[in-house]
Amino acid sequence: MVRKVVRGFYAVAYAVKLCRPAVICAYPITPQTEIVENLATMYANGELGNCQYITAESEFGAASILVGASATGARTFTATCSQGLILMSEVLWNAAGMRLPIVMVIANRSLSAPLSIWNDHQDSMAMRDACIIQVYVENNQEAHDMIPQAYKIAENKDVMLPFMVCMDGYKLTHAYEPVDLLEQETVDSFLPPYDPPIKLTTKDPLTFGCYAPPHCYMEFRVVMQRAMMRAKKVMEEVFKEWAELTGRNWGGLIATDYMDNAETAVVAMGSVVGLVREVVEEMRKDGKKVGLVKIRSFRPFPTEELRKVMKDVENIVVFERAVSFGYEGPVSIDLKSALFGHSNAKVYSFAVGLGGRDIPRDLIRKCINNAIEGKVDEGFHFEGVKEFEEVII
Amino acid sequence: MKFFFSSGHGACPGCSLPIAVKNVLYALEGKCFVVNPTGCLEIISSQYDRSAWGVPYIHSVFENAAAVAAGIDAALKALGRKDEGHVVVFAGDGATADIGIGCLSGMFDRNHDVLYICLDNEAYQNTGNQQSGLTPPGSNTTTTPAGKILPGKIGRKKDMVAFALAHKIPYVATASVAYPNDIRRKVKRAVEFEGAKYIQILCPCVTGWGINSNETIKVARLAVETALYPIVEYENGELVRVRKIKERKPVEEYLKIQRRFRHLFKHPKGREIIEELQRIADENAKRFGLDE
Repeated sequence: MVRKVVRGFYAVAYAVKLCRPAVICAYPITPQTEIVENLATMYANGELGNCQYITAESEFGAASILVGASATGARTFTATCSQGLILMSEVLWNAAGMRLPIVMVIANRSLSAPLSIWNDHQDSMAMRDACIIQVYVENNQEAHDMIPQAYKIAENKDVMLPFMVCMDGYKLTHAYEPVDLLEQETVDSFLPPYDPPIKLTTKDPLTFGCYAPPHCYMEFRVVMQRAMMRAKKVMEEVFKEWAELTGRNWGGLIATDYMDNAETAVVAMGSVVGLVREVVEEMRKDGKKVGLVKIRSFRPFPTEELRKVMKDVENIVVFERAVSFGYEGPVSIDLKSALFGHSNAKVYSFAVGLGGRDIPRDLIRKCINNAIEGKVDEGFHFEGVKEFEEVII
Repeated sequence: MKFFFSSGHGACPGCSLPIAVKNVLYALEGKCFVVNPTGCLEIISSQYDRSAWGVPYIHSVFENAAAVAAGIDAALKALGRKDEGHVVVFAGDGATADIGIGCLSGMFDRNHDVLYICLDNEAYQNTGNQQSGLTPPGSNTTTTPAGKILPGKIGRKKDMVAFALAHKIPYVATASVAYPNDIRRKVKRAVEFEGAKYIQILCPCVTGWGINSNETIKVARLAVETALYPIVEYENGELVRVRKIKERKPVEEYLKIQRRFRHLFKHPKGREIIEELQRIADENAKRFGLDE
């Protein structure tokens, strides 16, 4: 193992290389571009073995190329975000329905309009219902570690679904952090070559992507839901195996800190977790019974895990990085649904840092304190917003 | 006998698509991967549990067949399985010239080893005859209906042969289901070239064009004999062969037996359109030297 100070995009690209993908295809989009640029450099230097690296004409094309490649039995990779992810969305729904374990990294970025290249989670949240596994990572080591795990989970015969590793654009992709880079032998011992149970081959001709009239469509959706639910168990097993192999334990579908006897649980996903953890630690030192719940897997949603850990809490504070317009923050929506009938805790939902707005430590502390002290109403709030006058013309 | 495209599929009586598909698969001896975007062919052949395909087949979405084919090509290369077969796309004219043209351009540009076949029935026929970029002028479609003022489609048929040639791909040709030997010969010739190949096959649609189901081949032949559908063949950008016409027929002969053009013979602007179509045919004959 070599510890190096690298940027997030390199940590990801290097891990992808170690997974020996057969086809990589992407279209550049900020702030993802450096991931595929690094892979392109490796390809140009002959470091990717027999891998085919294709620069597509659009993200839509990139996703489509990977559908063809994955169905033919190739391990595939792409990275995208924001407008690119939304452009891919038709194909990604299709890939999930065809049960193709395409692994992609989403360098989370906001959506237009107005145009913004900066970070929030609106892009991946828009893909929430597509039957794609979504794991959000906190730092670049976790991003690096998630790549081999993503392949192992996605390609498990009980799962066979696309996988999105969501890492915050710029905040992680462009951050320099020390990362223990994996060895090829470690990854080879963990991740077997991709050998799908069925594939496109002239030796055994099969029809992929059939159409299903009403008398047979629904069963396809039933098995997709089953695969997602089975993925929970597979993920727990793979996470455990990873911890034993590398000594780095990132937790299960959720990870918790200071949740023993906590009266207030603070929920977050992605890079903001690091900051929230520090604030929780400080508050603990001040004698406040606060704990942290980091949601790692947003799909499948960790319903049982959240019920268990939230059993005795009085307040739940959720930091949202996206909005379900016309309702509230998407994490709170699912959390409340999971806890319905299992908890009487008050849920406070704070949207912070949309479009890359800075998220100061004081803001996090203020939101948690306000909830604990009952200074804000339950429900959904935007925080860190300037005073402004809305003009309706 | 091993089947490549089985009978019992859902095509209309007289449909030309199975003629084209069977001849292509026959020419390749079934040694191929088929990519098929959403459309007539997909719907008639790929229902769950009733697939007509005896070759590996994939349908993804409407506008991405060229990209899916590129992905299969890449995977076969990466996995050392190129000898398994050719990658073939069967796409309709709408999937090719309209909604899928971006992916098609990308595939041509990267010059993937893919044979792309456009089954040109000149409109979105699966959904009941809506105009596409390959619908000819004057055609009465449900989205360009002949009305009191408008005489059907305004504008020309998109020149996809020129589009393909502009990408400098090694092989570009047109064909018609009226000449199945020509289809088979062209397919065999096309796959001798490494890289992207484009063959556009005229496939009359019984319901959309409003023809008798026993006149599919007759209409497909008349399109060629009037020079409205020139049969051409390019290798590495050079025109190497055209189908010559012994006695070129006036376009009216082709138009009058199709419901989609019938209004032209009584519509106030019909004569103008017929003259325009004749002008297009004359241009084709001159440009490609079709008259014998």
